[in-house]
Amino acid sequence: MMARIIAGMGTSHVPGVGAAMDNGKTYEEYWQPLFEGFAPLRKWHKANVPDVNIIVYNDHATYYSLDSYSTFTVGVSEEFQPADEGWGPRQVPMVKGHPELAWHLVEQLMGEEFDMAVAGSLDVDHGLTVPLSIAYDQPDEWPTAVVPVCVNVIQHPLPSAARCYKLGQAIGRAVASFPEDITVGIWGTGGLSHQLGGERAGVINAEFDTRFLDNLIANPEANAQLSHTDFIREAGCEGVEMIMWNVMRGALNDNVHEVYRFYHIPVSATAYGAIILENS
Amino acid sequence: MTARDYDDVPGTYVLDSRQYRRGYALNMFLMSLNKPECREEFARDEKKYLSKYKVTNEQADAVLNREYLKMLQLGANVYYTFKLVSHDKQPPQVMYGKMSSPQLSFDEFQEMMLSGGRPIDGNRSKTEIK
Repeated sequence: MMARIIAGMGTSHVPGVGAAMDNGKTYEEYWQPLFEGFAPLRKWHKANVPDVNIIVYNDHATYYSLDSYSTFTVGVSEEFQPADEGWGPRQVPMVKGHPELAWHLVEQLMGEEFDMAVAGSLDVDHGLTVPLSIAYDQPDEWPTAVVPVCVNVIQHPLPSAARCYKLGQAIGRAVASFPEDITVGIWGTGGLSHQLGGERAGVINAEFDTRFLDNLIANPEANAQLSHTDFIREAGCEGVEMIMWNVMRGALNDNVHEVYRFYHIPVSATAYGAIILENS
Repeated sequence: MTARDYDDVPGTYVLDSRQYRRGYALNMFLMSLNKPECREEFARDEKKYLSKYKVTNEQADAVLNREYLKMLQLGANVYYTFKLVSHDKQPPQVMYGKMSSPQLSFDEFQEMMLSGGRPIDGNRSKTEIK
């Protein structure tokens, strides 16, 4: 038996969501609609815990900086410490790795001409831990192992939306050739529309986001055709994070169906989006 | 330097090679605030701590005065700038509001977001800004 992907999830990873949970603010009026929207998602996750989640996320000037930047990185260690991003590390469980699957991904992806960087001591920031909190709430330990796949979506030039989609397809093939009978989830994180810097901070484009989510199901090629400028102009400078959802989608079958979708404005300065897709 | 097709997007500071070169020292100073011992040293004497980095006087003043928009204009990236805001124990909306044009208070920025965010219409291109 080989490994198989059971589902894909897309979710924003706004740090404020983690802070609201860590500081017991989820019942405040501002946060309530968001956490109500998480309830069906968490119910699905509780019933569908894979052995490993491959979490496609980005680092936010935490592990990577101007000193050195890799386009695509796989975390291959036994565990990943929640990082100090400037306000002390989040008090969440240590993230357990899956070195066998991680190295298999590295080797297979290199074989397909994706030149992956390998991180042996990767502190993970909110980009990875907030999605875990969204899916699994506040457990004593996370219910799955994690293979972090870190994508540069901050320091240009970035990988194209099409390249991210192809990376996802290659990840899908790599998982299918992993010779262990395990279940795997694939998560794309970040987005949806948001801009944090500059005079235009706070820009939101619900129409763009909805079209992106619709295309994710039936027409993922359309999302792969978008340019960085399309994202920057239409979905805000930081909305370009949405290219990481293309990695997730690429790893799934051609035909997928939507299990759950949730969209909520605002979380801080961001349009929050979540989607769960299963192979049809 | 090479023009980019996103140069036409108003009020937007993309971390590309131009911004990278302009803001290298500034961003690396901000990056250092990931370390608790650096945050402490900065808190003790901000000016002295800044002098350890090759930031320009203009960049140092923007940091000392918490002029976030100026910092972006001088090469900072917003994810690096966050570290200063959280060092000050301020919610990020304070920074977003201060960078906005026209400037918004925390409450005004929050209000704008609660009513659906800054509209994209009229904000796609510099040609749309009066």
